[in-house]
Amino acid sequence: MTPMFSKSLFQKIAVAVGLAGAIGANAEEQVNIYSYRQPFLIEPILEEFTEKTGIETKVVYASKGLNERLQREGRNSPADLVLTSNTSSLMDLLNKQLTQPVKSEVLEQNIPTQFRDEAGNWFGLTTRARLIYASKDRVKPGEITRYEEMVDPKWKGRICTRSGKHPYTLSLIASMIAHHGEAETKEWLQGVKANLARKPQGNDRAQVKAISEGVCDLSLGNSYYFGKMITNKEQPEQVDWAKSVNLIFPNQKDRGTHMFISGAALTKHAPNRENAVKLLEFLSGADAQYSYAEKNFEFPVRPGTARSELIKEYMGEFKEDNLSLTEIGSYVPAASRMVDEVRFDF
Amino acid sequence: MLNRANLSASRWLLLVATISLLVALPVLSIFWLAFFPEENIWPHLLDTVLFHYVSSTLLLAGGVGLVTLIAGVGSAWLVSMCQFPGRRLFEWALLLPFAVPAYVIAYVYTDLLEYAGPVQKSLRAWFGWQTARDYWFPEIRSMGGAIAMLSLVLFPYVYMLARAAFIEQCGSIRAASRSLGCTPWQSFLRVSLPMARPAIAVGLSLVLMETLNDFGTVDFFAVRTLSVGIYDTWLSRGNLGGAAQIACSTLIFVVLLITLERMGRARQKHFVQSPNSQRERYVLRGWRSGIAFLFCGLLLVAGFIIPLLVLGGYALSNFSSYWSEDFIQIASNSLLLSIAAALVSVLLGLLLAYGKRLQPKRSVKLLVGFSKLGYAMPGAVLAIGVLIPLAAFDNAVDAFLREHFDISIGLMLSGSIFAIIFAYTVRFLAVSTGAIESSLEKVTPSMDRAARSLGRNSWQTLWAVHLPLVRTGLLTGGLVVFVDCMKELPATLLLRPFGFDTLATYVYQFASDEMLERSALGALLIVLVGLIPVILLSRSIGSRRGEERTALASSEAPALS
Repeated sequence: MTPMFSKSLFQKIAVAVGLAGAIGANAEEQVNIYSYRQPFLIEPILEEFTEKTGIETKVVYASKGLNERLQREGRNSPADLVLTSNTSSLMDLLNKQLTQPVKSEVLEQNIPTQFRDEAGNWFGLTTRARLIYASKDRVKPGEITRYEEMVDPKWKGRICTRSGKHPYTLSLIASMIAHHGEAETKEWLQGVKANLARKPQGNDRAQVKAISEGVCDLSLGNSYYFGKMITNKEQPEQVDWAKSVNLIFPNQKDRGTHMFISGAALTKHAPNRENAVKLLEFLSGADAQYSYAEKNFEFPVRPGTARSELIKEYMGEFKEDNLSLTEIGSYVPAASRMVDEVRFDF
Repeated sequence: MLNRANLSASRWLLLVATISLLVALPVLSIFWLAFFPEENIWPHLLDTVLFHYVSSTLLLAGGVGLVTLIAGVGSAWLVSMCQFPGRRLFEWALLLPFAVPAYVIAYVYTDLLEYAGPVQKSLRAWFGWQTARDYWFPEIRSMGGAIAMLSLVLFPYVYMLARAAFIEQCGSIRAASRSLGCTPWQSFLRVSLPMARPAIAVGLSLVLMETLNDFGTVDFFAVRTLSVGIYDTWLSRGNLGGAAQIACSTLIFVVLLITLERMGRARQKHFVQSPNSQRERYVLRGWRSGIAFLFCGLLLVAGFIIPLLVLGGYALSNFSSYWSEDFIQIASNSLLLSIAAALVSVLLGLLLAYGKRLQPKRSVKLLVGFSKLGYAMPGAVLAIGVLIPLAAFDNAVDAFLREHFDISIGLMLSGSIFAIIFAYTVRFLAVSTGAIESSLEKVTPSMDRAARSLGRNSWQTLWAVHLPLVRTGLLTGGLVVFVDCMKELPATLLLRPFGFDTLATYVYQFASDEMLERSALGALLIVLVGLIPVILLSRSIGSRRGEERTALASSEAPALS
């Protein structure tokens, strides 16, 4: 008798809790976001969205494991959107079948085809370029113009980079595989490794700092780090780091500079589907594209969006590598294997 | 009568089994994952980087083990057996570095010692050097740096336990060894140290597990240990099963190591003498007392004072812009979560330890040992292990209700505060159970028999007899769990509800982007809140001089058995 009682009691409690939860969730319009991007990067733009539409946004930020959380939560997951800072997490979501396609004319108009999934399972929101940062004092303009030239023996002991296993590095290696094949890329990676000034470490910004300190002369880094450093008011020393380097957009005379995206995907069981699509459309719209890109020094995906003064001043127009992100993504596992094979990080 | 006893016995067995299995669920989930890798990772790892991962892991663990051993045992010996200026201060202050999270101390020292930091800047100014190529300076982001950072915040584990063990030791044994011709050093090495071995081994095993689990510090310092390999296999190779295999192998290795150490002293027996015999300390004079002071002072300054000053400096320099209303909310989130997890861990730990005392069978010991495995898993992997059973439970309940009542209640436990508290409990139960176990062990079984013969049942005996006697064990276990929860990052990050921050997650979002200044206030709060229990601990040490041995002997003895 006793177990029966407690079981039915439990059910009552469960239903009551659940109902309360459900009422709470419906009481206001909202979008729930799982974000791999740090909160302080996306908060301003989300606030703008709420001001315009009255739809509240709720965010869980984590640097790893959100895909698994979504997968385990299954059809009851509260998450509507996943915001990522790289393509691999988007590809992984797609592989795990955790996304649903979005059909939206607005999105299709705003986002060029190479920056979104054909079926609408994910969308790029901003693009970033993988640049070579070169010391102003020690590297002459024009001395290096292509990723391929990083293996030249004259750079021995003069290159700094972050871990080869970081998604940004893997993406560049994957694009090299797409263009040159595995054998040639492996040789290239070995060549870069042979030229390293120190074991791969730190983030992209730390490499520029190393250049300003004379530890090395070249580094690989994303374009937006330059913006973050040159405008840094809290840590003025970062302005000096930025001023010690020239930005080189590699491969301008052939395929163009390697690009990747920050993006978003609608989850398969999104409970607030309509609001989530509204947010996606808002993020791809002219205003948001301008301010999102301006605040984070990334490039808008939407063609014809005005570029910020700072981007115009330091980066201007450049030729982008149009390799599809899906193709790059398919070579990432091979790239990761290769990083181990040449013991890049050790 | 016999029947009642049997019934009670089987109830206790059931209780212990239920708690252990519930707590072990996340670890079991990871073992389960390990059976389903995307591809076999081992041939590739063996061919390429496994050797490097393993050798740097062993080097790091060996280095941290050695340094914490010397620092922890050395300082414990000095403050408990010697008399020198500052001894009473060091006695409690040496616990303080424990409140500093490893990733925070790593950021602080990088900030100080890197090329652009104040130390190298001043050196360059004095000697007129221009660039990094003009001189040599030890690189903080290195294996040596990682060993130093982890040792500075982990040595208090060894210190706490070794000190308790030294104080527990009967002074007359040492006196006997001296009268038989041992020098103080020989007496230390031949008598005191071997007698303290069980306690030191427990402290060291905690240090080693923390070291093997660490990701934040080693990643920041570019030391590629197995935990880097685990995350890489999971995230960049998309092979969670393979990552689980590496994590499980590490765990099995740790358990083997601990078992070997236990077998090595299985035939030793340690008896505690009556606690009130007066002990004499070696009085250190001249250069000897200077060295003792410097040794303890260095640990305190490097492990606590410097981080506190650096963080405090940053936090104060721009206090108004860093302080926000949210901060009070975030700090109280941390506080409440940690208190809740500490209470739960102490309660469950008490039940497990008492169940083991009532039923000292192999099966029960095994179950209790099982419940402690969470401590040996990397945090983010354990978080996945927590997700799996909770989400499965939630979805099953929801599916049942949908089917029978046409109601959907969504997720109850996943993504709630409960999930975080569960994760903390799974992770740190080893600490509270261990503390309570060693506390209980010191209560003579005749007490139990007396109470039972007076007609009390096992619960009444626990309430009336044992609880008052193991109070300090409960207190220290709970406080150590509390501090650990305040610092916990990877599980909190992944399992938390929408829009929910703790001090640790707040610090991480800025510190991971190398914005130490903006994270300083949060980091400072973690340290300051973590100080409360350390002060409480030291007060219970200080104010209960008469009971010193019981208080200290039972303090922080989290054992993995």
